[in-house]
Amino acid sequence: MLPEICVGFIMLGVTAYAVLGGADFGAGFWDLTAGGAERGGRVRGMVQRSMSPVWEANHVWLIFVLVITWTAFPVAFGSLFSTLSLPLFVAALGIIFRGAAFALRGQAATIREARVLGATFALSSVLVPFFLGAAVGGLASGRVPVGNAAGDLVDSWLNPTSIAIGVLAVLTGAYLAAVFLAGDSLRAGQPDLVEAFRARALGAGVVTGAAALGTVIVVRSDARPLYDGLTSGDGLAAVIASGLAGGATLGLVWSRRFGLARVGAAAAVAAIMVGWALAQNPDLLPGELTLDQGAADDAVLTALVASVLVGFVILVPSLWYLYRLVLQGRLDQEYEPLDQRFRPISAGDRPRRPE
Amino acid sequence: MPDPGLLVVAAERVTAALGEHAAPDALEARRMQALSFAVHIPIVCFGIAFPAMFLFVHGLYLRTGKPHYKALAKRWSKVSLMIFAIGVVTGTILSFEFGLLWPDFMATFGDVFGLAFGLEGISFFVEAIFIAIYVYGWDRLSRRTHFLTGVPIVISGFAGSFNVIAVNGWMNNPQGFDVAGGQVRDPRPWEALLNDNLWHELVHMYVAGYIVAGFIVAGVYASAHLRGRRDPYHRTGLVVALSFAALASLAQGLVGDWAGRQVAVSQPVKLASFEGVARTRDSVPFTIGGYYDAQRGEVRYGVEIPYMLSLLAYHDPTATVAGLETVAESDRPPVNTVRFAFQTMAGIGTLLALLSALFLITWWRRRRLPRSPWFYRALILAGPLALVALICGWISTEVGRQPWIVYETMRTTEAVTTSDNLEVGFAVLVLVYVGLAAALAWLLRRLTARPPEAELADTAEQQRLVRS
Repeated sequence: MLPEICVGFIMLGVTAYAVLGGADFGAGFWDLTAGGAERGGRVRGMVQRSMSPVWEANHVWLIFVLVITWTAFPVAFGSLFSTLSLPLFVAALGIIFRGAAFALRGQAATIREARVLGATFALSSVLVPFFLGAAVGGLASGRVPVGNAAGDLVDSWLNPTSIAIGVLAVLTGAYLAAVFLAGDSLRAGQPDLVEAFRARALGAGVVTGAAALGTVIVVRSDARPLYDGLTSGDGLAAVIASGLAGGATLGLVWSRRFGLARVGAAAAVAAIMVGWALAQNPDLLPGELTLDQGAADDAVLTALVASVLVGFVILVPSLWYLYRLVLQGRLDQEYEPLDQRFRPISAGDRPRRPE
Repeated sequence: MPDPGLLVVAAERVTAALGEHAAPDALEARRMQALSFAVHIPIVCFGIAFPAMFLFVHGLYLRTGKPHYKALAKRWSKVSLMIFAIGVVTGTILSFEFGLLWPDFMATFGDVFGLAFGLEGISFFVEAIFIAIYVYGWDRLSRRTHFLTGVPIVISGFAGSFNVIAVNGWMNNPQGFDVAGGQVRDPRPWEALLNDNLWHELVHMYVAGYIVAGFIVAGVYASAHLRGRRDPYHRTGLVVALSFAALASLAQGLVGDWAGRQVAVSQPVKLASFEGVARTRDSVPFTIGGYYDAQRGEVRYGVEIPYMLSLLAYHDPTATVAGLETVAESDRPPVNTVRFAFQTMAGIGTLLALLSALFLITWWRRRRLPRSPWFYRALILAGPLALVALICGWISTEVGRQPWIVYETMRTTEAVTTSDNLEVGFAVLVLVYVGLAAALAWLLRRLTARPPEAELADTAEQQRLVRS
C-alpha cells in the first residue's frame, strides 16, 4: 500500500507539472511563434504578465517529483538518471536558460536585449518538454534496465515512442497555455488577444488530439506492453476519459467559457497520466523492476508519506491562496505589449504618466 | 577526552546498489558538482538573508510611514525575487545532477537521506509561492496581509537550509542505517535527518548566509556612499545590510569554534587535514600559512601558534589531536587543498569580524557610521571576500570528506555514473554558468542604476521621497 501511495504522490506531481509547468512551457511556444517584435508584442506581453507570479511555484512540482522518486524508489531513480542522462542533461540546461531568460527579460531595456532573451526563453521552452517527454518515453517503453547507465545511452531516448511523447508534450503544453492565456486575456480586458488565443487553443487542441492518436499508433508498434495496458481495462477507461475531457474542452473554448476550459484541459492531461500509471502497473521500470521490488524500506515510506501529508497541510492552502489571488486578478500587473516596455522596470508598477 | 586512536573505527562499507562496476575517475563528476554548488550556494545566501532584511525595512516603513523605507523594501524584494528565480533553476540542476552524476549514491542511500529532501521540496514550494505573492502584492494587498505574506519566506528559507544541510551533515556523519553483508539495512530516516552534524553545519551556514548577503548588499551602498549618495534611502540600505552582516560576523566566531570542535570528534581526519597534522600527538600548535609536505609529514614555512589547535579543537591546550596517519593514505583527502581553503575561510572570517566590530563600536559609542573613506572601500571588498570565504568553507568540508561520498561507508568513485562524456558536460556547464553570472550581474547593475522613487506608485509619495 505504501509504495502505491508514493506512486500516487509522484503521479500527482507529474500531472501538476505537466499541467502547470507544461502551460508555462507552452506559453514559451506561443512566444516563439508570435512573429516579429511589433506584431508579437501583444502576445508576448500577455505571456510575460501571466507567467510572472506563478512560474516558479509551478516549476517546483518537478523538484517534488524528483525528491519523492529518489526517496521512495532509489534504485529506479539511479537507473533512470544514469541511462537517460543525455535527454535529462539537455532538459536541465534548457531549464536554466528558460528560467533565467524569462526572469531577465522583465528587465530588458532595449528591443535587442528583449529579442535575445525572449528567443532564449522561447526556444528552451520548446526543448525542455520535448526532452522530458523523450525521457518519459524511454521509461514507458521499457528501455531503462536496472543498473548504473546500464541501458543504451542513445537508443533509450532516441526511439519512436520517445519522439512521439516528446512532441506530444510540446503540443500539450501549447494547448494548455492557449486555453489559460485566453482566460487571462479576458481578465485583462484585451478582446483581440482573447480571440487570438482562442484560435490558437482550438488549433492546438485539434493538433494535440491528432498527435495523441498518432502516439498510440507509434506505441502499438514500438512498445506493445504499454499499448496493451492503454487499450484494455482501467487504462482504456482513463484514455477514453482523457479524450472526452479534451473534446469537451474544445467545446468550452469554442463557446468562450475559459474558466471551465481550464479545468477540462487539466483533466484531459491528468487522465492520460493516470492511464499511463495504470498501463504500467505493477512495473516501475517495465520488464525490470516492479513497484514492490523497487520500493524503499517501509520505515522510509512511512516517514515520507507522513511528512508529505503534513507538508500538504501547509502547501495546499498556500497554493490555493496564490492561485486564488492570481485568478481574481489581484496580483495582476498593468497589461502592456512587450515591445512597448523596454524601460528598466518590472511590469506595471511604473507610475502612471499623465496622458 | 576520547582517545584518538579509538576514534577511527573502520565503518563497514557498502556495495553499490546498482551493482559492481569498474570505478571510473570521479574527478569530472566532482568538478561538475562543485561548480554547480559554487554557483548555487551564494544565491542561497540571498534566499536566507534577504527576506529578513527587506521585511525588517518593511517593518520600519509600517512603523514610520517614511517613503524611503518602502522604496527600499520594495526594491530589495524585487531583487530577491530575481535572485530566487535564478536559484530555482540552479537548484534544479543540482537535483538533476544527483541522479546524473551519482546514480549509485542515490540508488544505495536515496531512501536513507531522502526524507530531508522531501521536506525540502515542501519548503521550497512555500518559498516560491510566498515570494511571488509578496513581490507582486505591493500596493495590491492590504498592508497587514502583505507584510504577513513575507513571513513564510523567511521561515521557509530557514527550513530549506535545515533540510539540505541535514543531508550534507549526514554524508559527513552517516547514521540512521545498518550495513550487513555490504547491504544497507534498516534505514531509520528520522535518525538520518537529525544527525550529529546537522546543527553546527546548519547554524554555520545560516549565519554565513547573512554575512555574505549582508556584506554584498552593504558594499553596493558603500560604493554609493563614496559617490556622494547619502540620502536616507541609501543610508538605510547601508546601515540595515551592514548591521545584519556585522552581527552575523561576530556570531560566526562562536559558531566556527563549535563547528571545529564537532569536526574534531566526528571527522578527526578532516580536522587533521584542515591543519596538516600528520602524526597523532598532544599540545598541537596551530600553523598559519605554509604548505603541507606529505613526504616529510609536516607543514613547511608556516607560522606556529603553540598549543592553539589543541585548544581550539578540544578547549584544552594539551589535548591529543589525531593525525592523518590514523588512516591509510588512500583514505586521506588532498591535504593542501583542504588546508588552504580552511585557512582562507578562517582568515577572511577574522577580517570581516574586525570590520564588523569597528562598525558596531562606532555605531554604539557615537551613533553614526565611521567616516573614513577606507571603511567604505573595505566594505566594497568585504562582499566578494565573504563569498570567497563561503566557497572555501564548503571546499573545506566537502573536499575534506574525500575520498568518501558517505563518510567511511561509500567511496565517491563507487557512486559515480559510468556514463561517458562528462568532460563535454562539464565544459558546457562552465559556459552556461559564466553566461548566467554575466547576465545576473548585468541585471543587478541595471536595477541599482534606477532611481529609488521609481519604486513608488503614488506621485505624492514620490515627491516626499525626493524631498527627504
